[in-house]
Amino acid sequence: MTEKIKQYIIDAAGMELTLARLAAEIIEANHGSKGMALVGIRTRGVPLAVRLAELISGIAKKRIPVGILDITLYRDDYLMARKTPKVRSTEIPFEIHGKNVVLIDDVLYTGRTARAALGAILDYGRPDCIKLAVLIDRGHREMPIQGDFVGRKIVTLPGDEVRVHLKEVDGLDEVVLVETVKED
Amino acid sequence: MQLNNNIILPKGWRAFTTEKLAIRGARMIDPSIGLDLQADLIIQDGTIKHIGEIPDGWDGENVDAKGLIACPGLFDMHVHLREPGYEHKETIQTGCIAAAVGGFTGVAPMPNTNPALDNPGLINFVRERALGFPVDVHPIAAVTVGRRGQSLTEIGELFDDGVTTFSDDGSPVASAELMRRALEYTRMFDVVISEHCEEPSLTAKGVMHEGAVSTRLGLPGWPSIGEEIAIERNIRLAEFTGGRIHIAHISTAGSVEIVRQAKARGVNVTAEVTPHHLTLDCTILEGFNSDYKVNPPLRTLDDIEALIEGLTDGTIDAIATDHAPHAPDEKEVEFINTPFGMIGLETALGVIHTRLVLAGKLSLQRMIEVMTSAPRRIMHLPAAEIKVNSPVNITLFNPDEKWMVDRELMYSKGKNTPYHGWELTGRPCGIINRGVAWIRKG
Amino acid sequence: MNQVRFNHLLGLEGLSRAAITEILDSAEAFLEVLDRPIRQVPSLRGVSVANLFFEPSTRTRISFELAEKRLSAEVTNFAASGSSISKGETMLDTVQNIEAMKIDVVVIRHFAQGAPHFLAERISAAVINAGDGSHEHPTQGLLDIMTMRRKVGNLEGLKVLILGDIAHSRVARSNIWGLLTMGAEVMLCGPGTLIPREIEDMNVDVTNDLDEGLAWCDVVNVLRLQIERQREGLLPSLREYQRSFGLSKSRLEKAGGEKIVMHPGPMNRGVEIDSDVADSPASVILQQVTHGVAVRMAVLYLISGGERVIE
Repeated sequence: MTEKIKQYIIDAAGMELTLARLAAEIIEANHGSKGMALVGIRTRGVPLAVRLAELISGIAKKRIPVGILDITLYRDDYLMARKTPKVRSTEIPFEIHGKNVVLIDDVLYTGRTARAALGAILDYGRPDCIKLAVLIDRGHREMPIQGDFVGRKIVTLPGDEVRVHLKEVDGLDEVVLVETVKED
Repeated sequence: MQLNNNIILPKGWRAFTTEKLAIRGARMIDPSIGLDLQADLIIQDGTIKHIGEIPDGWDGENVDAKGLIACPGLFDMHVHLREPGYEHKETIQTGCIAAAVGGFTGVAPMPNTNPALDNPGLINFVRERALGFPVDVHPIAAVTVGRRGQSLTEIGELFDDGVTTFSDDGSPVASAELMRRALEYTRMFDVVISEHCEEPSLTAKGVMHEGAVSTRLGLPGWPSIGEEIAIERNIRLAEFTGGRIHIAHISTAGSVEIVRQAKARGVNVTAEVTPHHLTLDCTILEGFNSDYKVNPPLRTLDDIEALIEGLTDGTIDAIATDHAPHAPDEKEVEFINTPFGMIGLETALGVIHTRLVLAGKLSLQRMIEVMTSAPRRIMHLPAAEIKVNSPVNITLFNPDEKWMVDRELMYSKGKNTPYHGWELTGRPCGIINRGVAWIRKG
Repeated sequence: MNQVRFNHLLGLEGLSRAAITEILDSAEAFLEVLDRPIRQVPSLRGVSVANLFFEPSTRTRISFELAEKRLSAEVTNFAASGSSISKGETMLDTVQNIEAMKIDVVVIRHFAQGAPHFLAERISAAVINAGDGSHEHPTQGLLDIMTMRRKVGNLEGLKVLILGDIAHSRVARSNIWGLLTMGAEVMLCGPGTLIPREIEDMNVDVTNDLDEGLAWCDVVNVLRLQIERQREGLLPSLREYQRSFGLSKSRLEKAGGEKIVMHPGPMNRGVEIDSDVADSPASVILQQVTHGVAVRMAVLYLISGGERVIE
């Protein structure tokens, strides 16, 4: 199998603009920062949540709490998976009860991750509301789930892969669409 | 002699009478009389009539034995045929067929049946059940009534009835006093006590050799000294009384040394060793496979080396299988609860030939000696010699035939072989005894 | 990528460092689950687990049951007393019945060494050994190691003294295998009658002098002394055992330094361990119990999936 880059979707400068817009949208929809908490879904939702929290804190002049959610134990495909995903810990260092929680993930695809995240977050308490922010919405939903805040909506084929690279994890900021090609 | 048509032969075997039979082209080896010769053998009316070339005008039956070895019939002085009482494990008939397939023309079944073979009636019952087979069955009688270790059996009457060996095998004669009396009493008839040497207070819970492996597995140990102390005791008693003691299934290096020293002192002691103690060590128990649970237990590589050395230098006199069949469902339980014992009749020759003779650790002549003439001599049974005018008692085997041990193809009712899946070289091809020849086709 | 296959957990003997690390790391994540308002995750929904206890055990059975329930598995308990085992049914019969009931994971405690191995060879369900005779008790070994790792960080070079009835202890054997694999050093201490022959072959040191062992170690793992050892003639008296091998405050103080004190429970207070030691700040005995649930969740989680991969 070889991979072919089909399209560059976001570069470093674009990432900065998109995140700034998302931060503004989130604070606007929340009517300020009151009661707001961001929760990043492992793995790449976590640095995105940290960055968005910084941007929002800059606007609101107030620290926004950030949590980390590992949804491995809530996946609906666990028993079907050929390989067992590694469990990591969840860190929610604040009271969920009564919060306006914004879940942060890099890519919204089938909606199953978001569904699992909803299940997981509710086990920590009863927030006032949960919203979903994603950097990329690539379509092909299998669940009745939509992003409340979407960085970029793109058209993809089912075999494509959206690769989100972030400075914190990958050393650079970019989003590319990759096509895998079978060799004869 | 007539062929018994009621006996169903093993699959792929044929029966012949020995009225006029020629075994053609075998290499004949009988170390007891110094014979090693490739020739034809003429049998008439159950007796060896001629060794050499087939005479002109020969019109008898022929068995083509080129490439085979003919030796005196193999004799196993330690088997369990389980009848009467445990016919679900083995019967005398299935045991005799297993013996024949394994190349044995004679076996000595142990008396740990139910009831125990402790009187002439039961001894004769066993003998009668074996009639019609080309296998001599020489039952060993119990030393003590019911094998309960309390009072001696009527050894004199049993001797008059042809019993030459006594044993409480399965258990030792635990009381030293009783063993002393048994040796003093049997001495009058010059019969031997084949003793299962085990000091029960040291081995009560043991299920395997005590050492690094039992420690790792957390299994209760059966220590070497549990055997060595009993052997030393019995040898001292034999020395003291002048009786004859035979050490059954010797298993440790220390035991070999004790017997060696006793023989050097002139004690009337003999010893046997099993194929499994010569070829398997206790590390094989690591998977908790109950087929490897045996009493005395499999020991260490050092013990194996000492046993082979003892067999070579004459300290150990004989190989005996301790063929101990159990029903499959008895072995399909947790290791500590499964009974001791392995079957051995059908694999003994192949295992010894492959692992000892072909490996250069034992000569072919010595293998034949310890599996044929030595056990008969210990039991004071007539010799089976390949010489003119002797009754024919011969085993044929192919030293080059490779075959795979498969428990499902065993004739014994027990499938508890430790050699399942082993590839062996050397396989019995037939036996001729009691006026009948059973020959495997091909 | 380092692949670890993990179809059954029969013992810690032969389990790789990578596999043990994987289990311990996962257990850390599960430890967090135990602190949540809702201490349950849906991972093993639809997985049916049978707890087969052929030997009485309260703690291990409850720990496994909690772990299973917190993973949302469907739990069936089977205790040998009051079941058909006492009516002459063989273990194989029982096992085949369980197989016919479509069980995915079997947790087995049995008095016979090797019983879980016997099972694993004959059924398609995954088998977890919850203690087999005096052979192994792998989840106890793992929770002990997890407790040590959480206390000291790195197990490399850690000096662990295992104290008591080594001969009959499955806990000792699982600890030895696991600790040595993780790079720790192990010394055993107990009376000569309770130290099995040739145990030095497992690469451990042996002493009959508790003071020597205590002076050497960082951690002392005290084993439960079965009272029947005295009846079996392996000990002159409990009093004499306590005198020579009981862990008391004064002995610990004499050894100096900070020791971590562990015990798999249940304790015979005043025999192998004194109350003022068991309840002291040095004791991590209750943490062991908590870690037990997390470790068992990790094992159940890892064993219920397909092929395991360590990144």
